[in-house]
Amino acid sequence: MSAVIDTHGHGHADHGGHEHQPSGLMRWVTTTNHKDIGTMYLWFSFTMLLIGGVLALTLRLELFQPGIQIVNPEFFNQLTTMHGLIMVFGAIMPAFVGFANWQIPMMIGAPDMAFARMNNWSFWLLPVAASLLVISFFVPGGAPAAGWTIYAPLSTQMGPGMDLGIFALHIMGASSIMGSINIVTTILNMRAPGMTLMKMPMFVWTWLITAYLLIAVMPVLAGAITMVLADRHFGTSFFNAAGGGDPVMFQHIFWFFGHPEVYIMILPAFGIISQVIPAFARKPLFGYASMVYATSSIAILSFIVWAHHMFTVGMPTAGLLFFMYATMLIAVPTGVKVFNWLATMWKGSMTFETPMLFAVGFIFVFTMGGFTGLMLAIMPVDVQLQDTYYVVAHFHYVLVAGSLYAIFAGAYFWIPKWTGRMYDETLGKWHFWLSLVFFNITFFPMHFLGLAGMPRRIPDYASQFTEFNQIATVGAFGFGLSQLLFLYIVLKVSVFAQGEKAPAKPWEGADSLEWTHLPSPAPYHSFHEAPEVK
Amino acid sequence: MSALAAASASNRRMLKKLLVVALGMFGFGFALVPLYNKVCEVAGLRELWQPGQADAAASNTQVDLTRTLTVEFDSNIRMLPWTFKPMASSVEIHPGELTQMVYEVRNTLDVPVTGQAVPSYGPRLAGQYFRKLECFCFTQQTLAAGEVRQMPVVFVIDPKLPNDVNTITLSYTFFRVEGANVKAGKG
Repeated sequence: MSAVIDTHGHGHADHGGHEHQPSGLMRWVTTTNHKDIGTMYLWFSFTMLLIGGVLALTLRLELFQPGIQIVNPEFFNQLTTMHGLIMVFGAIMPAFVGFANWQIPMMIGAPDMAFARMNNWSFWLLPVAASLLVISFFVPGGAPAAGWTIYAPLSTQMGPGMDLGIFALHIMGASSIMGSINIVTTILNMRAPGMTLMKMPMFVWTWLITAYLLIAVMPVLAGAITMVLADRHFGTSFFNAAGGGDPVMFQHIFWFFGHPEVYIMILPAFGIISQVIPAFARKPLFGYASMVYATSSIAILSFIVWAHHMFTVGMPTAGLLFFMYATMLIAVPTGVKVFNWLATMWKGSMTFETPMLFAVGFIFVFTMGGFTGLMLAIMPVDVQLQDTYYVVAHFHYVLVAGSLYAIFAGAYFWIPKWTGRMYDETLGKWHFWLSLVFFNITFFPMHFLGLAGMPRRIPDYASQFTEFNQIATVGAFGFGLSQLLFLYIVLKVSVFAQGEKAPAKPWEGADSLEWTHLPSPAPYHSFHEAPEVK
Repeated sequence: MSALAAASASNRRMLKKLLVVALGMFGFGFALVPLYNKVCEVAGLRELWQPGQADAAASNTQVDLTRTLTVEFDSNIRMLPWTFKPMASSVEIHPGELTQMVYEVRNTLDVPVTGQAVPSYGPRLAGQYFRKLECFCFTQQTLAAGEVRQMPVVFVIDPKLPNDVNTITLSYTFFRVEGANVKAGKG
């Protein structure tokens, strides 16, 4: 197994390792380098973001007017489902794994990930899974259309597209579990001497906790969809009421995975924001220890709140109250984190480069999503708002303005280290402001639509909802097109190698190992010799 | 290299531990099925699942065994070339008991004919206590040339039937549905 760590023989101090690189495509297929794999994860997730975005824009086009215009209702359901699955499992999660691959070894002073070949495998499973998802559009009956939550009994009755979807989820789950095992092992076993757990950068801490969450809940999802598969093909009745099963059981098992999954998609975002804000406020992170404890509390609480996604299934009052209060409790550690970020900025010497803009935008807009989440946690309110556009607005505020903004913040923050060139600051600022404005044009009206009772996942609507839907559609196209600007900015510094050369530490307040110990761009093999951490 | 080998061995141990956790959680996903059911049963979250109550819910408490009724069956034809008769002229039943009676009808012509049966009750007030769950009188019946058909009526007598009624006569009269035979092909 030592060969796994000893990638390309660079464990020997006498050579650099570049000479063993296959060139061209095979370099990327066979690579075990954490930086290559991180890059592939990030490009994969950006591709998925564009595919999922095109699906979303098709939805918004259909919703521009009441009535059925461009897609039939069955295809509309496939689009909502696939938009959700692709964004969650194809865009957001792989993007954070990409960050983990690039950053964790550099931030803890390790030469590479613990299991470099498994790392390669984790990545290359993803295009396979994504292909299955795309192929499912072309089988009889079309792609999965039961919503990204693939609730039984819809999912136990659909055509072969659902089987492809289930296999894709199995494969992505396996990829996530392997990636998480890799990350946990790397963080626990391969830190540089002197790098105690409580000296680790917050991004590493949040990923350690996220990876544990993934190892705990991804197998539960795998179990749930395996049961769906068995109900579909092997005559079992886990969720089939006619055979003594219970469709609501699927919701319980799914959300036992699903709620921790929500935090899997936001905790690494918290980590990125906790790196960016101190760097641009030129102050150390306020309340480091409380950040660690808050992150852990959120992770632990995430296991006991799942039924707040299903307040309307007919639970006894005691259950409703328990899940309502447990959910509201999560606002406490989350509030601690927001407070700490604000306190970090307080009286700091702040400058507002693009990463900081996205980070401050994250705090502002994510907190709005957090508050709508609190409203939805109140059970009597949720009964009214269940499955309305209010819920859609809420989770896009936390997933787009939360996770995606953090991904942008992190990308702009580390692009100088990854490519060795400074991105175009003017265009970056344009990207931020266009994203912020169009995001709010898209999703803010959805609050009103939801409060007025417009149901989600329906291609048609009553005519009084028309104006807000048209505003949202215009905003969605603006937001989607703005992301092409991001593509241009990244291509410019990476593929076309334009832009001024980045110094080793372009951000004055940044203090983790990749800035202080490595040049820009980071060499292909970093930290052969572990750095000494004081 | 020995430090590297030690690190590799400890990484491998960690891999095994985490794999066991992942496999355990996969099993836990399946264990959630009996777990949730048990929790619901113990906490009484789903009343129908309480032991004893399921039987109670299933048993029919509405049959009034203290009373016995005679239901007589009658059949008439109005302007139809059919023969029409019940398989029995009367039955003895309890109020609340689910009962089925079969009528037989024969088309004596060599062309399809459509008819509609209309029920009437004696005494007339019994009609509102006569609950039909299934009846050939719910729809028009089209018989092909020379066809013989057995048609059921499934009914329950409401136990609230007044005590002074001991015999109910159910009488059906089949009427010809004029003009229906031109589209009888699809009937």
